[in-house]
Amino acid sequence: MTANSTMSAREALLAAAKERILITDGAFGTEIQNWKLSEADYAGTLGLSHDQKGNNDILALTAPHVPESIHRAYFAAGADIAETNTFSANRISQADYGAEHLVREINVESAKLARRIADEFQAQDGRPRFVAGAIGPTNKTLSLSPDVNDPGFREIDFDHLKEVYREQIDALVEGGVDFILIETIFDTLNAKAGIMAAIEAGDALGRDLPIMLSMTLTDLSGRNLSGHTVEAFWHAVRHARPLTIGLNCSFGATQLRPHVKTLSEIADTLIMVYPNAGLPNELGEYDEMPDTTAGLVGEWAEHAQVNILGGCCGSTPAHIAAIAKAVEGMPARALPEVPVRTRLAGLEPFTMAA
Amino acid sequence: MRYPADPHPNPSPEGEGLEKKTMTETTSSSTFVNIGERTNVTGSAAFKKLILADDYAAAVEVARQQVENGAQIIDVNMDEGLLDAEYAMTTFLKLIAAEPDIARVPVMIDSSKWSVIEAGLKCVPGKPIVNSISMKEGEAQFLAHAKKCMDYGAAVVVMAFDEVGQADTKERKIEICERAYKLLMTIGFPPEDIIFDPNIFAVATGLEEHDNYAVDFIEAVKEIRSRCPHVHFSGGLSNLSFGFRGNEVVRRAMHSVFLYYAIPAGLDMAIVNAGQLDVYDTIDPELRQAVEDVVLNRKIEGEAESPTERLIALAERYKGTGGAQEKAAEEWRGWAVEKRLEHALVKGIDAYIVDDTEEMRLALPRPIEVIEGPLMDGMNVVGDLFGSGKMFLPQVVKSARVMKKAVAHLLPFIEAAKEPGAKGKGKVVMATVKGDVHDIGKNIVGVVLQCNGFEIVDLGVMVPWSKILEAANENDADIIGLSGLITPSLDEMVTVAEEMQRAGMTMPLLIGGATTSKVHTALRIDPAYQGPVLHVLDASRAVGVATALVSDTGRDAYVKGFKDDYAHVRDVRAGKGQSVLHTLEEARANYYDAYLSDKPAPPLQPGLHRFDDWSLSDLRECIDWTPFFRAWELHGTYPSILEDEVVGETAVALKADADAMLDRLIAEKWLTARGVCAFWPCARHGDDVVIHLAEEERHVTLPFLRQQIKKSRDRANMCLADFIDPAGDWMGGFAVGIHGIEPHSERFRADKDDYSDILLKALADRFAEAFAERLHQHVRTTLWGYAPGEQLTNEALIKEEYRGIRPAPGYPACPDHSLKPILFDLLQAGDNAGLVLTESFAMLPTAAVSGFYFGHPESQYFGVARIGSDQLEDYARRRGVDIETATRWLRPNLD
Repeated sequence: MTANSTMSAREALLAAAKERILITDGAFGTEIQNWKLSEADYAGTLGLSHDQKGNNDILALTAPHVPESIHRAYFAAGADIAETNTFSANRISQADYGAEHLVREINVESAKLARRIADEFQAQDGRPRFVAGAIGPTNKTLSLSPDVNDPGFREIDFDHLKEVYREQIDALVEGGVDFILIETIFDTLNAKAGIMAAIEAGDALGRDLPIMLSMTLTDLSGRNLSGHTVEAFWHAVRHARPLTIGLNCSFGATQLRPHVKTLSEIADTLIMVYPNAGLPNELGEYDEMPDTTAGLVGEWAEHAQVNILGGCCGSTPAHIAAIAKAVEGMPARALPEVPVRTRLAGLEPFTMAA
Repeated sequence: MRYPADPHPNPSPEGEGLEKKTMTETTSSSTFVNIGERTNVTGSAAFKKLILADDYAAAVEVARQQVENGAQIIDVNMDEGLLDAEYAMTTFLKLIAAEPDIARVPVMIDSSKWSVIEAGLKCVPGKPIVNSISMKEGEAQFLAHAKKCMDYGAAVVVMAFDEVGQADTKERKIEICERAYKLLMTIGFPPEDIIFDPNIFAVATGLEEHDNYAVDFIEAVKEIRSRCPHVHFSGGLSNLSFGFRGNEVVRRAMHSVFLYYAIPAGLDMAIVNAGQLDVYDTIDPELRQAVEDVVLNRKIEGEAESPTERLIALAERYKGTGGAQEKAAEEWRGWAVEKRLEHALVKGIDAYIVDDTEEMRLALPRPIEVIEGPLMDGMNVVGDLFGSGKMFLPQVVKSARVMKKAVAHLLPFIEAAKEPGAKGKGKVVMATVKGDVHDIGKNIVGVVLQCNGFEIVDLGVMVPWSKILEAANENDADIIGLSGLITPSLDEMVTVAEEMQRAGMTMPLLIGGATTSKVHTALRIDPAYQGPVLHVLDASRAVGVATALVSDTGRDAYVKGFKDDYAHVRDVRAGKGQSVLHTLEEARANYYDAYLSDKPAPPLQPGLHRFDDWSLSDLRECIDWTPFFRAWELHGTYPSILEDEVVGETAVALKADADAMLDRLIAEKWLTARGVCAFWPCARHGDDVVIHLAEEERHVTLPFLRQQIKKSRDRANMCLADFIDPAGDWMGGFAVGIHGIEPHSERFRADKDDYSDILLKALADRFAEAFAERLHQHVRTTLWGYAPGEQLTNEALIKEEYRGIRPAPGYPACPDHSLKPILFDLLQAGDNAGLVLTESFAMLPTAAVSGFYFGHPESQYFGVARIGSDQLEDYARRRGVDIETATRWLRPNLD
């Protein structure tokens, strides 16, 4: 299944990342829009009562040729890693589409599909390809109250969210993913529930299930929605022993620059960053050109601050190809030696002296 | 082993002691960590009382004070027999998570029950410390708990406690901690996340076997630290001095002395009240010596008295002297006069300003130098604090009041010396445009600009364009600022811009006020005037804009930035497809089909009702405070705004000032609330509602507007007429106003007190709104009486959780202000409530509300939004005016 039969997926990715800067893929949502699918295309013959338009993840069951062609386009553009089209394939998000009962099936099929194409590309040129099972944040938050008059109220609890994640993780693993990618983390506590679910899934499997973590910033000072700074976030999730830590979505590369630098200096693991293609214009569209994006993220590579690069909202295969080209031959970031310290966190980091 | 009886033992030379360690390190990386203990029910009786009383709001404040006092981690403990500790722990942790100035520091989840700890771990998003786990119940459970802590991402405090019991001697402490360490290494627990608590026990209890406990602790820490790399040490400090409860001086001395020796040995955190530690060197030497002898268990051979006995005897002397020595609140009065002036300006204290200004004047050669020197310096501090978001509008307005009083004191001296006045940054002519009477926002902007060195020429309200231009020329103004609140003022601003263009003026034009917008400025005002036109979103931005405009160097680029931005807005607007409209006919076919059988019964008391003096005390009860704070640019919902982490303190102070003014204005009867309402039989005719006035034998037509934007399938294109039965129905109308503000407003202004003036106007607005709300309630329950049993809390009232609506002309459901003259005529609002209208249909007095009553249970608020030319023509015909007039009235709804 993985890159090299003698190595685990974790080892294989670490080995490849030693050689060069790796490439992960770009946005799915905007690519899917190009297909101009009708509601009937989304709904297929599943007989669901809700309107399915916009339920991108269900295409694995109703129009698998769509995600398949997008995975192909990203691999052809130079990606080493495919992220499964499962950002919202969890019980909470699918409830909006009345498709909770299909969560397992969507994840298994999405993972299988990505796995098959990854293996196909790997067989063609012998270069290892990886599949990361993508897990979104859901639209609920464990750290914040939706009611300003009742700050102690929470819409969900930790155990419930952990179970929701566990169901998705088990299905992704069944479909053959190499890693679990908890992405677009706006709430650090949501991520901690995801980490717990992945650890417990790994414990149940009796093997290492590598976790990738990707935070999203909601303000320029470098905090996510739950208020954590990049460094505090790292302290709060370090127990996951993540294979990669990084940032995605948020803003464009320009605004992420200082925060990538911070993370690169403190995290003794691979750094993966996949920003948006700039900031949306007044009409909500992304119009940053591939070469612009590539130039901006390429600077992180020049300064040896990243190990894996890709794109989020607004990025296309052309962006990924441009990024791959821009960083080709550049040296990989070496993992920093970080002194052993007790690192705690509130919204801000707290490090005790040795 | 015991320490030698040397009064200054070697292990802690200067530089290694407590004071150095706690003072020099920053909060982000620290050698000795203060853990706040006040949010611990076992350690704080006051906190326990709050939690038992379910007063979590006050409990959260305790946590805030802890962090403000320097706690770097806060310990939360809810272990109390009368409490559901899991509930209390999770509730409290979730609440402090919502407070950024508390949540910035890590939490210590402190409980002797694992279930409470785990419940807490599920609520904490950062990386906390668990306090504690131990081998009390055996190795298996110890490791199971440790693995959970690891997976939740927490560090742990491990108590020196095993199956046998708590470690008391040095040897037992070392043995248990080392065993726990080795076990934890087998499951891959990060050693740096282990914090040992080798148990601090009480000394000087009178029992000889306790005398060496502190020494045992210190020695054990040293040894464990060398055997177990990377671990940390913590302890509950208050245990140590348990024998001296009630004698705070002695307890504090004991804690400080203990830390002085334990920290160099390796103790790196302790649960302490950070505000209550003495600096070692400042402890009374006699007491310090006695405490050292106790802590270090130094018995002196041949002396009859033991160290404990000596300390007990000495302690008598300190009993009851431990009360906090409150700093004199008026300490600042002893400062140098320049600092006093700055302090008064920053804090907005006007009590001493005239005396201080006079003192300063006598100290300087020329009176003008007082303004140009210390006063402007102080205002610059205010400006900087405001600019960086550390001060808020109400405070700035108070600062301005102090400044004005100081300047007023100096002016006669300056004039007597025949010196030129202070040169300001620039001169701004400000006005509320013709037809509009609202000036709270304009006054705030004026004050803020004055604070920042601008000279303001305030022309007041209802100012025609000719007077604005004339004043700008006469005063050689640098900037003109226009304000307005109602939609017709937007057109008037365009007129001012056109006239400025015609007059060949070039000075910048600033646009502000609630209905103004960047888009309107870009589309309508900017094209009318070639000079700079800038929309200013709120008062806090006015300073930056005005400063840039009077800058010699940056001005052109700054203005160009705005011009380009507005051109861009116009381009985007031109390119943007507008929402698709139905034809009027189609929209009417998609009308809102109310269930007419549900229409309200005829009023119990039809006809007209007049109220000459509604009780202000009653209105005060139902004031909606949220818009009051918004008027001062403090954003948030009342009452939670009072606890807001950023503006809370300011909001509390502002509310206190408002309450004080309310007390006085009600007691002294400054204001009178007058109002009128009436009910009329009516029927729907198309989009009109026709009112039948039987006694006068006449019909009055109220034309309403209908939504025309294409909706998704099930949504109707609404019109207020849809809530009225064509076969016959009832509706009502009302107008209320707050009279009597003028003499008080003038008095405040004469007294240079803009703060009180703005406060009074804002309160009058709140009274008018409260009156409208209260009167509507009286109508529903009594006069019309369709909801006699209605029981609503004030909160529900503010949220409008009742049957029926009271839309006002000029607001989204009925956007044409010109319906007001019809309404006023029906109500005879002039005679009955003393209200009149300006030519732009603004009401006078300014604090006033008017509107229609609809009683159908399905009636609801909506926005008419954009309408087509077909409806414009139809409406002009129904309203009986020409197209041009209708276009002017409905302009905001036309594109």
